[in-house]
Amino acid sequence: MYSRAYKTTVTIPPLLWVTVFLLVPYAILFCYSFWSVSSAQTIVHNWNLQNYLQLARNPIYLQVLFRSMRIAASVTVFALLLGYPLAYYLSFHAAKRKDLLYQLVIIPLWASYLVRGYAWKTILGSDGVLNGFLQYLHITHRPVDFFLYSPFAVIITLTHIYTPFTLLPIYASLEHIPRNLVEASHDLGASPWSTFRRVILPLSLPGVLAGATFAFVLTLGDFLAPLLVGGPSGIMISNVVVSLFGAAYNWPLGAAISFCMMLLVVTLLFITERLEKRLAIS
Amino acid sequence: MSAGFQSRRAPLLLSVYAFLVYAFLYFPIIVLVVYSFNGSGVGGFPPAHWTMDWYRQLFMDAALWDAVLNSVIVAALAVAIALGLGLPAALALDRTDFPGKALFRRLVLLPLILPGIITGLSLLMLFVAVGMKLSLVTITLGHGTALISVATTEIFAGLQKLERAQEEASLDLGANHWRTFWRVTLPNLRVSLIAAALLIFTLSLDEIAVSFFLIGRDNTLPLEIWSRLRRGITPEINAISTLILVFSIGMILLWYRLRTRLQPADESAAPLVPAAIQGESA
Amino acid sequence: MTELVAHAAASGSAAAPAPPILSIRRVIKRFGQRPVLRGITLDVASGEFLTILGESGSGKTTLLRLIAGFEDLDSGEIWMGAERLDRIPAHRRHVNTVFQSYAIFPHLSVFENVAYGLRAKNTPTSEIPERVTRALAMVKMGEFAQAAPAKLSGGQQQRVALARALVNRPRVLLLDEPLSALDANLRRQMQVELKSLQREVGITFIFVTHDQEEAMALSDRVALLRAGLLEQVAPPREIYGAPATAYAAQFIGQTNLLRAEVRDGIASAGSIVWRTLGAAGNATYSLRPECIRLVAESESAAMSSADVATARFRGRVRNQSFGGAMDLIEIDCGGAYAIRARIASPGILTGEREFEFTANDAVCVREGEPD
Repeated sequence: MYSRAYKTTVTIPPLLWVTVFLLVPYAILFCYSFWSVSSAQTIVHNWNLQNYLQLARNPIYLQVLFRSMRIAASVTVFALLLGYPLAYYLSFHAAKRKDLLYQLVIIPLWASYLVRGYAWKTILGSDGVLNGFLQYLHITHRPVDFFLYSPFAVIITLTHIYTPFTLLPIYASLEHIPRNLVEASHDLGASPWSTFRRVILPLSLPGVLAGATFAFVLTLGDFLAPLLVGGPSGIMISNVVVSLFGAAYNWPLGAAISFCMMLLVVTLLFITERLEKRLAIS
Repeated sequence: MSAGFQSRRAPLLLSVYAFLVYAFLYFPIIVLVVYSFNGSGVGGFPPAHWTMDWYRQLFMDAALWDAVLNSVIVAALAVAIALGLGLPAALALDRTDFPGKALFRRLVLLPLILPGIITGLSLLMLFVAVGMKLSLVTITLGHGTALISVATTEIFAGLQKLERAQEEASLDLGANHWRTFWRVTLPNLRVSLIAAALLIFTLSLDEIAVSFFLIGRDNTLPLEIWSRLRRGITPEINAISTLILVFSIGMILLWYRLRTRLQPADESAAPLVPAAIQGESA
Repeated sequence: MTELVAHAAASGSAAAPAPPILSIRRVIKRFGQRPVLRGITLDVASGEFLTILGESGSGKTTLLRLIAGFEDLDSGEIWMGAERLDRIPAHRRHVNTVFQSYAIFPHLSVFENVAYGLRAKNTPTSEIPERVTRALAMVKMGEFAQAAPAKLSGGQQQRVALARALVNRPRVLLLDEPLSALDANLRRQMQVELKSLQREVGITFIFVTHDQEEAMALSDRVALLRAGLLEQVAPPREIYGAPATAYAAQFIGQTNLLRAEVRDGIASAGSIVWRTLGAAGNATYSLRPECIRLVAESESAAMSSADVATARFRGRVRNQSFGGAMDLIEIDCGGAYAIRARIASPGILTGEREFEFTANDAVCVREGEPD
């Protein structure tokens, strides 16, 4: 039904743009990872694997990477722990107020990242709200300073930011569960908990997987929260990259790390996509 | 699906837990807003006297308003780019078939899930390679590119709801493809386009990860706030953050209302994110 | 019954004397690997009301969409007059469609909907109001010209869709199950209106439906489509009285399929025996329930069945249900299946009775896949 002219007109412009502004840049990134920086602070196009070797051998990078993955895993777990029950409540128990409550979830989702990160900074600081509150209640007598500028601060901030991201796919997959399955389960004598464990949870796994992937991938690549609230002990792998593109001036190495990150993300997405297909009800 | 199920009384534990999660999600936001009126500035507990000083200071801050203007211009242009390319991309994904379509789909949707740092850095390398100076233009190009994925997803959802027979009827009655597009397709997509525009505008205003690497001489609002944060926290930042929050919440609620005109609440914001991963949109 | 068949055969099924307005030749259409139309050849006469009848999945809508131009055929040709229709893009064909979902443009008024095609073809603006008004009057929607489509009922929308199509004076009007969404009464009413409308404007109508009663009521000819092939193309009376295949016999109306052995001009299916002109061997016969008559008990023993034009058989009345004008009687003749008969006012029947039918009413049909 659609003529060739039509099909060409709708395909070519976005294809061109995406090629120029996404594909080519990623390719350039890839190329950079094989170059090096000279002592004169110029980029030398000497095609080698030095950067990757450095990443593999130098313990610092691995350390930061593992810390980042630990933080990402923590955030994922917390986001799931917070997001799943709320999604469940929303889907199965919210009834009349469902629409309103749903809106209350998406507001933080799209409201400013920076603002929310900043908010945690003010809460967790040594003269911040949390400390003030604890002192007010005489639980502590001195500002506690490990709240801020620590991995803990990064985890709590990123959990706060990414929980809605995690919640929505879980909610979507819970909504897709036909209610008559739940009713059948009850009819057959299973308790609500048992129904949850044996019917609802398994059927919601695709959403859980999607939500977990978001939280993990986005946390892993995050560099703003560590800069805001992480301090030296809260540095994550993306901060290393940022500094390599800034003061530490080693674009090729930064590119290599970025490319590895990209590879990791794409692989993760690929795996979860496969898994989701297997788990999803047709 | 969810209509038939009688929502039972939620177990008390679950209700309390749900409430606590909401509290966690909104706590920092509330703190921020409250303390923007706090006489003794950021931090401490309880908040001291009520004041509008910080807002007054804000309104006289010229540099900040310059940044706001920059952000608005960038956001408006980003909307134009993202819609201008997202619309044909959505049409292409919905109606055509060509070799590499799957790759095209993934590429277009990749910025949604890929950490901003990677997209930002890649674009930086592109601009350096072609010798383009960093400025608001590069930021605009970055935003537009990253947000094409949002536009495509929103418009694609709208296309799915479009009754294909209407376009066939238009052709049947003698209108060619171009006329059909203008007189039938576009009017039917109006709500999707407005919703997409709102969302993209809001996201662009707040965008910081990609902008971080593409910034030239002029700041956008988030970057301006960021640079001030590096110098130290001032309550003025609370005030501007509150204003940003109010604005983006307003936009998001508007977007949501428009979206739900198209489809039921349980699908509103959810597919935007998981669809990107699962590639359901093609 | 037989007279009707003879009459129909003489007048209807011969090829139309004037050149066909639409000529479909050996059309094949596949969706991916699945063949949907497996070689359709059909001529449509100018001014006729042709119905393409078939179950869902038979390919009838696909055939319509090929004529309209919303799909491309894989092989074969479609000719309209002297030009190859299938090579012309949809918007330039002189063919208009009434869609099953009506596809009324919600953002335009009724008037603008009907005027849409005229505007698209740059009809002089002075002509438009008159033509639109006339078209709306033809479908009795004259007062609704400024209405918003969303406020119209299904039946009203359908009329608007009809007017929107007809105002363009197409050479062929395609109707894709337009009445399927209407309730029974409205449907019957619209059937009558459609038929008289067609006679009035004289345009060729190609109507698609799965409802065989509708097809019988409306059409000049019925094209029965089964699994992508044409089973039989004939006027309603002929397709009813002289079905070519078992499928046609069963799809249209009700019938009894008698699987008989023919020898020396006698067909026997279990205990039922009748005279036939068919060739020797196994054959299937279609016998319509209304062709079976009840033999009054007083006459029962009087004749021997095999050598006259009437066949008689005995059977036990298994079930009798009230069917309005006629009762539906299930007769058990000892065979594997029951014979169904429609008999007017038989009284209450019990036990074993004798029945009869005119031998020529048993029509020999082909069984199996269409070739």
